[in-house]
Amino acid sequence: MAATHSISTRTRAATTSGIAALVLLAVAIVLPAFASRSLIQDLFFILTMLTLAQFWNLLAGYTGLVSVGQQAFVGFGAYMLFGSTILWGVNPVAALALSGLFALLLAIPTAFFVFRLSGAYFAIGTWVVAEVVRLSVAQWQAVGGGTGTSLPRDARDAMWGVEWIEVFFDVRSSEARDILAYWLALALAAATIGGIYWFLRTRRGLALAALRDNVEAAKSVGVDANRMKWIVFLVAAFGTGIAGGLIFLQNGRISPDSAFAVTQWTAFVIFIVVIGGIGTIEGPIIGVLVFFILQEALADFGAVYLIVLGLLGIAIMLFAQRGLWGLFSDRTGIQLFPVRRRLVTPDRGNS
Amino acid sequence: MIWIDTIVQGVLLGGLYALFAAGLSLVFGIMRLVNLAHGDLIVMAAYLILVVVSVLGLNPFVAAVIAAPIMFVFGWILQKGVLNRTLGEDILPPLLVTFGLSVVIQNALLEGFSADSQRISMGPLETASVSAGPVTVGLLPLLTFASAILVIVGLNWIFYRTSIGRAYRATSDDPVTASLMGIRPDRVFASAMGLALIVVTIAALYLGTRSNFDPYVGPARLIYAFEAVIIGGLGSLWGTLAGGVIIGVAQTVGASINPEWQILAGHVAFLVVLLIRPRGLFPRAVD
Repeated sequence: MAATHSISTRTRAATTSGIAALVLLAVAIVLPAFASRSLIQDLFFILTMLTLAQFWNLLAGYTGLVSVGQQAFVGFGAYMLFGSTILWGVNPVAALALSGLFALLLAIPTAFFVFRLSGAYFAIGTWVVAEVVRLSVAQWQAVGGGTGTSLPRDARDAMWGVEWIEVFFDVRSSEARDILAYWLALALAAATIGGIYWFLRTRRGLALAALRDNVEAAKSVGVDANRMKWIVFLVAAFGTGIAGGLIFLQNGRISPDSAFAVTQWTAFVIFIVVIGGIGTIEGPIIGVLVFFILQEALADFGAVYLIVLGLLGIAIMLFAQRGLWGLFSDRTGIQLFPVRRRLVTPDRGNS
Repeated sequence: MIWIDTIVQGVLLGGLYALFAAGLSLVFGIMRLVNLAHGDLIVMAAYLILVVVSVLGLNPFVAAVIAAPIMFVFGWILQKGVLNRTLGEDILPPLLVTFGLSVVIQNALLEGFSADSQRISMGPLETASVSAGPVTVGLLPLLTFASAILVIVGLNWIFYRTSIGRAYRATSDDPVTASLMGIRPDRVFASAMGLALIVVTIAALYLGTRSNFDPYVGPARLIYAFEAVIIGGLGSLWGTLAGGVIIGVAQTVGASINPEWQILAGHVAFLVVLLIRPRGLFPRAVD
């Protein structure tokens, strides 16, 4: 009877959460019909930070590539979006693909360089590369040099779908652009989470999880660690670049300091991942919610929320290294995105 | 002849960067701790000196002497209470905890002192200069460079001539074996961090007198310091000085070609050195 055993990653909680996720996605798609503009903007912020956090988590949580330089890809992706719309007249929505593509191209020489370094040197190396990209972009006069530039009016008005949204929801064009950006962010976040979940359940994903748990052991059973690093680094750069393009498309204004901000695009993202729980898909989702709630709750106290955020990050790292989701998951055994393979016997009831 | 002047200014600037980097090099070399809050600790010490100067009306040099033991105690407690728990194989915990510390320090300083930029006044010393042939150098940059050398000589003396220095080297090589010989690594690390923060206070003195500072300038200083440490090679303090000088000279040479290239040139020099020597120029300790 052994032949009828099978390997599965499915759990009851996951089936429930899978259905819940689809319902949530459906609600999120139709949300602009009811929601206020500020809620749409808040959700846009949450979704883009979530995307950045998922990619950083993929890097650091699974392959141990602790990058402090992801703002290089956020900023470069955003700048290529502005560059291609201003210089080549590309539609801003189409230019999002270029954001990802150029971030990917930047990632290739970056990887050649930073993969020669390990551990702490890698972290600092990525940061210096990001600074070099920032300072180089600041020399690019066509997109405003060191002071930055705004997205031209005609490019903004030409964005695909905006007119349709204006008519359909009966809103002004600025609000229609926010709705479009929100949908794009939703699609990006859903594709990111779905894509990572799918990837982790493939053979390569198993190799990645093995690397996360023990590099030497994974190598000994034939996992090509270097190849996995390359794949993950390039994929993360691509996704981070698109997210960067989208963030500044919605923003409408860009400058080297805001596009390559280490605090905003790397430090906060690291906090989100670590507070939520590193090395899980659920972690960044929990983390971004905590981050957002903290920001809203302490909005009236200025810099205090950053102090609280920093202290919370430190406390989690010291006392609960697997984050809030880890604490919850360890106690309940619940996994919303199960990637662990389990042996399933077909007639469990009779045995 | 202008080239000689550019190089000399670059070397002196390198002294400042080496001073920023010496404390970092110390903790990195002894306990492999990547301290991302190092730049913010320098800024914090600068504010401490500023407070002592304005409250007690003292000379900045005397104020630094008062600030140094306070910073030592702060470093000791920080290491013993927090950072020791993060040390281990995984580099993420120290990285994240010091990143968190960096955000906390920056914003606490912002709450306490506002975002206005500050400066520690040194009076006539700020503009004094000496001439040697075609080259004129400021007295303050010269003093900075001399301090960097003194700090490195002093640290090397502690490292190679004292019993605590022997404990540092032993723990750096192998904390487990060192603890078998009666050394307590947690205390050794705590005193090393305290010592590093004394160096930080000296760096803060020159940071605060040579240019304006505000709560957010830490990370920019930190990156030069890290570059100096990495170029120099793990565990070599003279290497750190050499690294600082390379960054400093690259910056002044870059700036003399095009003012906008100053910082970029420093980073490019760092990348080039690392491309050729991934472990730095003079690595002493094995990673």
